[in-house]
Amino acid sequence: MSVRRLAAVQPESFAFTPENVKWAKGIIAKYPEGRQASAVISLLWKAQEQHGGWLPEPAIRAVADMLGMAYIRVLEVATFYTMFALQPVGKHFVQVCGTTPCLLRGADKLMHVCEKVIGHQNHVTEDGQLSWLEVECLGSCSNAPMAQINYDYFEDLDPESFEKLLDDLRNDRPVKPGPQVERACSGPVGGPTTLLDQSLYDGSVVGSWKKRFDETKAAKEAATVQAATEAAKPKETSPGEKQAAKQPTDKTKGA
Amino acid sequence: MAKIIVDGTELDVPPDFTLLQAAEQTGAEIPRFCFHERLSIAGNCRMCLVEVKGSPKPVASCAMAVKDLRPGPNGEPPVVITNSPYVKKAREGVMEFLLINHPLDCPICDQGGECDLQDQAMAYGSDASRFAENKRAVEDKYIGPLVKTVMTRCIQCTRCVRFSTEVAGVPDLGSIGRGEDMEITTYLEKAMTSELQGNVIDLCPVGALTSKPYAFAARPWELSKTETIDVMDALGSNIRVDARGREVLRIMPRLNEDVNEEWISDKTRFVWDGLKTQRLDRPYIREAGKLRPATWNEAFTLIAEKVKATKPKKIGAIAGDLASVEDIFALKGLMSNLGVKNLDCRQDGVALDPSFGRASYIFNPGVSGIDTADVILLVGSNPRWEAPVLNARIRKAWRLNGTKVAVIGEQADLTYAYDYLGAGVDTLNGVVDGSHSFSKTLKDAKRAIVIVGQGALIGENGAGVLSLAAKAADAIGSLTDEFSGLAVLHTAASRVGALDLGFVPGEGGLGLAGMLKPKALDVLFLLGADEVDVPAGPFVIYQGTHGDRGAHRADVILPGAAYTEKHGTWVNTEGRVQIGSRATFPPGDAREDWAILRALSDVLGVKLPYDSFAQLRATLYAAYPHMAAADQILAGDVASLKSLAGRGGAVQAGLAFRSSIENFYFSNPIARASALMAECATLAAGGKLEAAE
Ligand code: SF4
Ligand code: FES
Ligand code: FES
Repeated sequence: MSVRRLAAVQPESFAFTPENVKWAKGIIAKYPEGRQASAVISLLWKAQEQHGGWLPEPAIRAVADMLGMAYIRVLEVATFYTMFALQPVGKHFVQVCGTTPCLLRGADKLMHVCEKVIGHQNHVTEDGQLSWLEVECLGSCSNAPMAQINYDYFEDLDPESFEKLLDDLRNDRPVKPGPQVERACSGPVGGPTTLLDQSLYDGSVVGSWKKRFDETKAAKEAATVQAATEAAKPKETSPGEKQAAKQPTDKTKGA
Repeated sequence: MAKIIVDGTELDVPPDFTLLQAAEQTGAEIPRFCFHERLSIAGNCRMCLVEVKGSPKPVASCAMAVKDLRPGPNGEPPVVITNSPYVKKAREGVMEFLLINHPLDCPICDQGGECDLQDQAMAYGSDASRFAENKRAVEDKYIGPLVKTVMTRCIQCTRCVRFSTEVAGVPDLGSIGRGEDMEITTYLEKAMTSELQGNVIDLCPVGALTSKPYAFAARPWELSKTETIDVMDALGSNIRVDARGREVLRIMPRLNEDVNEEWISDKTRFVWDGLKTQRLDRPYIREAGKLRPATWNEAFTLIAEKVKATKPKKIGAIAGDLASVEDIFALKGLMSNLGVKNLDCRQDGVALDPSFGRASYIFNPGVSGIDTADVILLVGSNPRWEAPVLNARIRKAWRLNGTKVAVIGEQADLTYAYDYLGAGVDTLNGVVDGSHSFSKTLKDAKRAIVIVGQGALIGENGAGVLSLAAKAADAIGSLTDEFSGLAVLHTAASRVGALDLGFVPGEGGLGLAGMLKPKALDVLFLLGADEVDVPAGPFVIYQGTHGDRGAHRADVILPGAAYTEKHGTWVNTEGRVQIGSRATFPPGDAREDWAILRALSDVLGVKLPYDSFAQLRATLYAAYPHMAAADQILAGDVASLKSLAGRGGAVQAGLAFRSSIENFYFSNPIARASALMAECATLAAGGKLEAAE
């Protein structure tokens, strides 16, 4: 990660749209009086959304003014969290994970693709469609290598699929988020290998555990009832048996 | 109280003590960078690690409270070890990490010789580095004309950030970025706007923040260090003046819990360049409208001529704001020997008078009384500019004790929130008669302080307002035998001392306003009095240090010594007698003021009865015994305040109060001569313009 600085070229001003102002008021109202500063991350995020995916300097001041915070306090937050892009980003902002699991699975090749297709990091293509950044683990390691593009994860990439993906995005063709190989979420590639028994899914085993539980319970109850009836029968138990039953209690007492 | 064993010594300490504080009780020295007694705890430098028995890891002693430690298995007190090899190794590890990215440029660093990192590296550093990679480098930031930055040296202790946010109350500084890329800066590298910003120089444990005007000027061991008293405001901050030869190179605060804690204002710290410019270094005489250099003899002869040619009734003397008690005492002696009764020390024309009793013109609750106050009412005062360090203390009370602050007067940014009651007299009347909605809060308070600024006491309404303020203090129950809550906040360092000496018109004598009427006087003696406009007419003798307003009007100039150039006593706004010492000598032919007055008295044929400074002091102490009690306050008595409350006096209805300080950076001749203060003033003015846009 490099030193994050505010962009050199900044817009003149920033103001939330009326809807966003309304939304912001709602967020601020969630916090007790005097604790409005707690809303800073939400508001910055909204500002970034409104401003095409990156956070301009006037927005930092606007948020600070809304929350009664010193400008420097909001700048601290904005520069601390890497989720705030301080430099302009493309319409499709590609964040390639470069942490160990992804790297082991070829993230470096994805980054080469980015270099080739987009250019160096933090650079927006001339058509304004794409820009990219190497980021740390995005928590999708089981589908490594992966990239986050705007709000979606694109997983199980390889250089070819990635290049195609970038091309589709650049030309605003529809794309499919999620794993780019035959796989459901982070399930095994090529379909599941366990839990294949179809009856697991047709409802036939629904409640089977309960049935089993009920059966055991019923059996137990039957046994007790039987024992009770036997005990009710006059003097059939031998004295020896009774003593044996009592003994452990006596022993414990004696000890 | 909680029990704890530190290095084998069992201690009984308050449970909220940190381990560091507890360890210090035994005399153990704990190294630290981020921890500071007067700032919140950050716990981010890890230098203060200690061993806690039972803990799997070393513990940051500054951030762990005694009450948070578990007792031993059989209920024994927790055991802390500060000097084991384990601790040493842990600290050495921390130090190694700190030094990884530190430039080690001590030979070109201004902090060298007084650097915490340097000192602690002597104890915990190693002689070689295991770090072969590139060190990080950080661009220097512009944060104003006073504080120089070399940010590569910063160890991210955040003391400076915490100071500006917590103590100064002007959150200028912040730490942006994270991890290795964390940097200290102001928002977009704007200049800091706090009037206490210079203190971050002392707080910074390394050479990241140093004094810009002092840059590359000297090494600490070359300097002679003199402990003395500041005169930039009436708080009387305790300072240390560092000089080399005849030159003052810097001014630093000294610790005095009762006065300035360990802070000083920027004016106090950086005014020293004003000691070198515009100085009067020889006597001058005005001839044909122009001042020409003269000898002492010529000057004295001319004065004698003028004094002889008139009657005592037509002679007057005004004492300036920076004069020491000794100077004023000598001047008063000289004037009374001449039979002159036209004396005044109240250059701003405030209605304070020693005849009302000492309690009527001092800060009765004391500066440290602010710490225990529950409500503070500011009347016609803007302490932020009148006494910035005192203002920081009010802010501390507001922040930590929940002390309420209310203001009658100007609505200014004081760095803390306050209830704004109103603009002037009418509101104060409301407080007195209990009709104002805030009166109840004031009445319910156990220790309410009414701080009266000079702005409220100026002019013919002054006496009435003072009485009204006393009445208000009485009405809210703050005038009792144990606690007297009326606090007069002065702006002039000399004022309380001068009032103690009774440097006010004698019987039938003229006061300031009378003396400044055209044709009232034939001869006027100004002892460093630069804040008055003397009309054409009288022959003006100006004794002072700088070519300021007084000197421009003068017919004879007698060059005196500035506050760093003489031994002297100053009495601060709470009535505390403090003794200052000479750090350097006055320039050229200039002399210490008492000596000038003594010599002049001889020429005038009314010789003062002392030949040495020691004799002067003995005479002074005989006449005013409380002046001998250095660092003590002679308490005023409440009865005089009660009678003051009863005096009443005409007050114009609807009168609004204003602070008497118009420009903080230009409030006295030394500050006006300082280029740095001028720069600060320009910046402050610019800052205001920006805010107004
Ligand atoms: S500049 Fe100095 S005081 Fe501020 S964080 Fe850095 S080392 Fe600490
Ligand atoms: S390592 Fe890439 S998502 Fe976790
Ligand atoms: S002094 Fe304790 S962590 Fe810095």
